[in-house]
Amino acid sequence: MTSASAPATEHEHADHAHQFDDAIQQHEAATLGMWTFLATEVLFFGALLTAYTIYRHYYFDAFRYASHEYLRWYLGAINTGVLLCSSLTVALAVHAAQHHDHAPGQSAAPPRIGQPKHLVPLLLVTMLLGLVFLCIKGTEYYIDYRENVVPGPSFFHPEHVPPGIDASHIRLFMTFYFILTGIHATHMIVGLGLFSWLTWNAHRGTFARTRSNAVEICGLYWHFVDLVWIFLFPLLYLIR
Amino acid sequence: MTSIPYNPAFDERSHTYLNIDYGVRSWLLTTDHKRIAILYMLGITFFFFIGGAAAVLIRIELMTPAGDLLSDDTYNKMFTLHGVMMVFFFLIPSIPAVLGNFLIPLMLGARDLAFPRLNLMSWYLYMIGGAIALTALILGGVDTGWTFYTPYSSVYSNGYVVMTIVGIFLAGFSSILTGLNFIVTTHKMRAPGLYWTRLPLFIWSMYATSVMQVLGTPVVAITLTLVAIERLFHVGIFNPAWGGDPILFQHLFWFYSHPAVYIMVLPSMAVVSEIVACFSHQRVYGYIFVAFSSLAIALISFLVWGHHMFVSGQSTYASMIFSILSFMVAIPSAVKVFNWTATLYRGSVDLKTPMLYVLGFIGLFTLGGLTGLFLASIAVDVHVTDTYFIVAHFHYIMVGGAVSAYLGGIHFWWPKMTGKMYPEWWGRFAAFVLFIGFNLTFFPQFILGYLGMPRRYHAYAEEFQVLNVMSTAGASILAVGYLLPFCYLIWSLKYGKTAPANPFGAAGLEWQTTSPPPTLNFESTPIVEDEAYAYDKIEVPYD
Amino acid sequence: MQTRTYYIIFAWLMGLLIATVAASFLNLDRFFPGLNAAVALCIAAAKAMLVVLFFMHVRHAGKLTWIFASAAFVWLGIMLVLTLNDYLTRHPVDQPIQLSVQTK
Repeated sequence: MTSASAPATEHEHADHAHQFDDAIQQHEAATLGMWTFLATEVLFFGALLTAYTIYRHYYFDAFRYASHEYLRWYLGAINTGVLLCSSLTVALAVHAAQHHDHAPGQSAAPPRIGQPKHLVPLLLVTMLLGLVFLCIKGTEYYIDYRENVVPGPSFFHPEHVPPGIDASHIRLFMTFYFILTGIHATHMIVGLGLFSWLTWNAHRGTFARTRSNAVEICGLYWHFVDLVWIFLFPLLYLIR
Repeated sequence: MTSIPYNPAFDERSHTYLNIDYGVRSWLLTTDHKRIAILYMLGITFFFFIGGAAAVLIRIELMTPAGDLLSDDTYNKMFTLHGVMMVFFFLIPSIPAVLGNFLIPLMLGARDLAFPRLNLMSWYLYMIGGAIALTALILGGVDTGWTFYTPYSSVYSNGYVVMTIVGIFLAGFSSILTGLNFIVTTHKMRAPGLYWTRLPLFIWSMYATSVMQVLGTPVVAITLTLVAIERLFHVGIFNPAWGGDPILFQHLFWFYSHPAVYIMVLPSMAVVSEIVACFSHQRVYGYIFVAFSSLAIALISFLVWGHHMFVSGQSTYASMIFSILSFMVAIPSAVKVFNWTATLYRGSVDLKTPMLYVLGFIGLFTLGGLTGLFLASIAVDVHVTDTYFIVAHFHYIMVGGAVSAYLGGIHFWWPKMTGKMYPEWWGRFAAFVLFIGFNLTFFPQFILGYLGMPRRYHAYAEEFQVLNVMSTAGASILAVGYLLPFCYLIWSLKYGKTAPANPFGAAGLEWQTTSPPPTLNFESTPIVEDEAYAYDKIEVPYD
Repeated sequence: MQTRTYYIIFAWLMGLLIATVAASFLNLDRFFPGLNAAVALCIAAAKAMLVVLFFMHVRHAGKLTWIFASAAFVWLGIMLVLTLNDYLTRHPVDQPIQLSVQTK
C-alpha cells in the first residue's frame, strides 16, 4: 500500500471543508446528502399517506362529504398555484447562482466578490410566495376553527350529518387533513428559515466566494415540499 | 477547532486524536468522528446498564411463581423500560454509532465523515432523546411495552407515553442522520483505488444498515407521532371506537421495527466478517456473496413485517404472503453464516478474545435464526405467540448475536481506539462467562415458551419454576459477563500494554495508521492497490 | 439548461393544475368506479415528474441520483402494496364466512 503525497498546505483557506479533497467532492457529497434526506422525507409523508389511503378507502362517503363541506377547493387550488410559482422562482434562483459561478474545480481562478445577478430578488420573491401560501393556509385553519372542525375539546359535534355517514369518520378526515397540512406547513416554515439564511448569505456575497452549492441544496428541499403539496391537493381537496 | 496540518511535521504517536486537546469543550464541540464515537460509547454504555438493571429486576421477580417483588404495574413498567432502553438507545445505535463512526472514515481512507457537524448533532439528538425517555420512564414510567400497541397506548395507558415517544422520535432522527452520513461518505469519500469490490465487508454491511435507517426510521417516527397526537387531541386515528384501526398501527410500526432487527444485526455481521477473516488469517470466502447478501437483507427485511401480526386480525391471505416472504429472508442470512464457516476452513485460526465472541455469535445467531423460521410458519407461530419462545428467539438474535458481536468488535478495535491492549486472559474468560450465562438464561425460555408460559406477566404457574430459576441463575452469570469487560477495559486504559499499529496482523486501512490515529486519520491519503482481506500478503503475528 | 425551459415547464404545471381541478368536476366514476381518483393521481404524478426531472435537475443528473430518487418510491410502494394486501383481502367481520360443507 503506498501513499499519495496529498496537497496539504492550502487547507485552511481552501474553498472546501477539511474532510474533502476538493470543491467538486464537497458539492457532490452535499447534493447526495440532500437526496438521501429527501428519501427519508418521502417515507415520512408516505406513512401518513398510507394511513390516509386506507381510511379513505374504508370511509369514502364520509371523506367525500367532509372534503366538500369543510375544505374550499379554490383556496387549495390558489395555494397550489402559489407554490408552483415559488418553485419556478427557486429554479431560476438556482440557475442564477450556478451560472454566476465558475465551473467548479477551477480553483486557480481568483475568488470573485459580489453576488450573482437576480439571485437576491429571486430568493426574496420565493420567500414572499411561501408567506402567501402560509397566510392562505392560516386563513383556512381560521375558518375551520370558526366551524369547530379543529381537533380539540369542541371537535365537531354536528347537528346534521347526512344519513349513512358517521360523524366520527368526518372527524377522522379532518384529523388527517390537519396532520398532513400541518406537517407540510412546518416544512414550509423550515424552508422559509433556510431561505432567509440563503438570502442573507447571497446578499453578503458569501456564495460567490466559496462557490457553495447551498442554493441548489435548499432549492431541492423547496421543490420537494412543493411536490408533497402537489399530491396533498388532489388527495384532500378534490375527492369526488 | 484546532487546525492540524495534514502532512508536514507529522509526528508519530505524539499527536493522536486523544491527546490533541484535553478540555471538556474539545470533546463536547468536537467534529472528529473518532471522538464522537467515544462520546457515543459513553452514552450507549450508560443506557445499556439502565436497561440491564431493569432486566435484573425482571429476572429476580421471576424466580418465584408469585408476583412478590414487583407489583404487576411496576413489572409492566420495568419490561417497558428494559425494551425501550435496549432497543432504541442501545442496540440500534450500538455498533453503527460507536464502531461505524470510528471505523468508516478509517476504512475508506478518508479524513472524516462527509458531514462532521451533522454527526455531532446526531449525538446530541441521541443524548437529548435518551434523557427525555429516561426522565419519562423514571417520573412515572410507561406500561405499554416497547411496542406501544394501540389503542392501549393511545387511549387507556396512564403512563408518560407522549414524553417517551418524543425521546424515541429524537433518537430516531439521530439514527437517520447517522445513516445519511454513512451513505454519503461511502459513496463520495473512498480513497483512490478503493473500488466497491475492494471495500471491507464491514462497509458493505454498514451501508445496507444505513439504507434501512434512512428509509425505515421516518415511518416509526411518524407512527409514534400519530399515537402522541391521538393522546393529546383525543382523536381516533387508531381507536376502533372512533373508526380507527389498531391493526394499521401494527402495520406501520412493524414496517420499521422488523427491519430494525436487521439494523441491529447487520452491523454485527459487519463486525463478524472482519474478525473471522483476521483470526482465520484468510480471505472471506465468497466476498461478493457476503457483500450482496447485506443488500438483499436490507431489501427483503422490509417485506416481512406481517409475521408479527399473524394473530392480530390481519387477513389470512396477507399472513400467507408474509409467511412466504419471511422464509426468504433466511437465505441471505444463511449465505453469510455458511461463508463465515467456510472462511474458517483451513485457516490458521487464532482463538483470541474477539474471535471467541464471534464464534459465539455464529452459533447463537444460527440458533436464533432457525427458531425464527419456526415463527415464520403460521401454525407454529400462532401456538407460541406472546410466549417466552418469542422472548428467547429474539434475545438469541439481539443479545447472543448483536451484543456478542458488539463486544467482540470493541475488543478487536480497542487497541486502535485507545492505543492500549485489553488483557487477553480476562478477555477470553469474560467471553466464556458470557456464552455460558447467555445460554443458561435464554435456552430454558425456549422450553418455557413452548410449554405455554406467556410473556409480560409477573406471576406464573408453579410448574414453570425450575426453568425460571435456571434462567435467573444464568442471568446473574450473564451480568458478570458484562461487568468483567466493563472493568478490565477501563483498567486497561491506564495499565494496559501499549498497542502497536496492527496488533492482530489484520488487513484493512484502519490498521495502516497509528494506534490511536491522529485527528486526520492518515499521514496522507492512502492509495489502495489490493482487494480487501489480502491476507496472503500479511505475516501471521506470533506472540 | 436554459431559463426558457423553466418557463415552459411552469406553463405545463399550471395547465395540469387547471386540468386536475376541471377533471374533479366531471363525474368520471360513473364510467368506472375510482376513475376520478385515478385521474387526479395520474395528473399529480405527471406534475411531480416535471418538477423532479426539470426543476430538480434529475433529467441531467447521474445514475446515483436516479437510484436515490427512485429507491424512496420503491420503498413507499412496498409499504402501500403490502399494507393494502391485508386491507383489500380482509373479510368483513359482520359477514361471517359461509362454510359450505357438503354432507352426503
